[in-house]
Amino acid sequence: MTTIALTVNDKPVKGEVEPRTLLVHFLREQLKLTGTHVGCDTSQCGACVVHVDGRAVKACTMLAVQAEGTSVTTIEGLAQGDTLHPVQAAFREHHGLQCGFCTPGMIMTAVDMIRRTPDLDEKAIRAGLEGNLCRCTGYHNIVKAIEAAAREMKRSA
Amino acid sequence: MHSFDYLRPATLEEATRLFRENADAKFLAGGQTLIPTLKQRLAQPSALIDLTRIQGLAGVKSATGGITIGAATRHADVASAPEIRKSLPALARLADHIGDPAVRHMGTLGGSIANNDPAADYPAAVLALGATVHTIARSVAADDFFTGMFETALAEGEIIKAVTFPVPEKAAYAKFANPASRYAMVGVFVAKFSTGVRVAVTGAAPCVFREAAMEAALTRSFAPGAVAGISVSPEGLNSDLHGTAEYRAHLVTVMARRAVEAALG
Repeated sequence: MTTIALTVNDKPVKGEVEPRTLLVHFLREQLKLTGTHVGCDTSQCGACVVHVDGRAVKACTMLAVQAEGTSVTTIEGLAQGDTLHPVQAAFREHHGLQCGFCTPGMIMTAVDMIRRTPDLDEKAIRAGLEGNLCRCTGYHNIVKAIEAAAREMKRSA
Repeated sequence: MHSFDYLRPATLEEATRLFRENADAKFLAGGQTLIPTLKQRLAQPSALIDLTRIQGLAGVKSATGGITIGAATRHADVASAPEIRKSLPALARLADHIGDPAVRHMGTLGGSIANNDPAADYPAAVLALGATVHTIARSVAADDFFTGMFETALAEGEIIKAVTFPVPEKAAYAKFANPASRYAMVGVFVAKFSTGVRVAVTGAAPCVFREAAMEAALTRSFAPGAVAGISVSPEGLNSDLHGTAEYRAHLVTVMARRAVEAALG
């Protein structure tokens, strides 16, 4: 076992993990942050996307030990108290989900996308969702939600 | 995954020592190929030696001889580096189309070329641009680096430090991506230098290769029409559930033409 120390959702965290423990399992099983989902476990579906030092990564394709010393943000860390993050609010407003399983990864990917490119058009959003699958095929409203969130975040920036 | 030790050296010297001390250890860069491989239990290393925290192994430097990119530089950082976007936009664009955004935040240049996946994108750029691969032991020309399917000239324990890319007059990469994996079914990188044109093909064969007939034709006349009529033999090309060798051979010509069009555009 190895001891790791990192920051998760702005709180310092320590844990004992095997080197082979995936970041997503550390988050879900030790920290009980079950908002981050495991969909495919093969780097394809993006349900496990979290931010590591501000960048979207697939938590099923990163070892917990690789996150030593980093700052991780999960879906649980986005809202400010009762106030949803603008991307979360836009997903609710625009019905950007059906069953909701892919939603945490979609939202984390969307927040990262808007950080990198504040001026997003539909084509860029669809390209940016390359690594996220929605098996309800609800992409249209997901794209609309991200477009609206990007506009809103720019307006209030 | 089978269990393994995890080691995080701070220097290249320490990484080399750890590799010597741990039989069956493997180097870990971004892990976007290695971790899925471990999950499928297709590899069983005794230890992973993480190279990504070694000082000076990531970053982009521009000089008269070309652009030098550290081995641990992430695809996303190659795609967004101002000096690459300005002098070698074809390489920035290639990096921006590897996998998906999350993969590009982790995956590294050194990891990609050390693995030499037959369908990886970077080997096409390294070979077409005539890049030089700098390791802890020596500098290897691209023409000598890629030696076969998942095989390179790297010796056991030899770590890539950086790659220097000469800056061409014109260049572009055209890829026909597999719709599921985004790996190249066929990708063609075309680079025009004052001394001639180099054309490298990935995805089509067990290992990236140069296409001599297209290079000669494009050196005579750098125009889409120069390659549009050149057909590539399917002999030795990959056939799998995604496409036959004949299909890939056809794609080589199409992608080469598109790459030339993009380079001129």
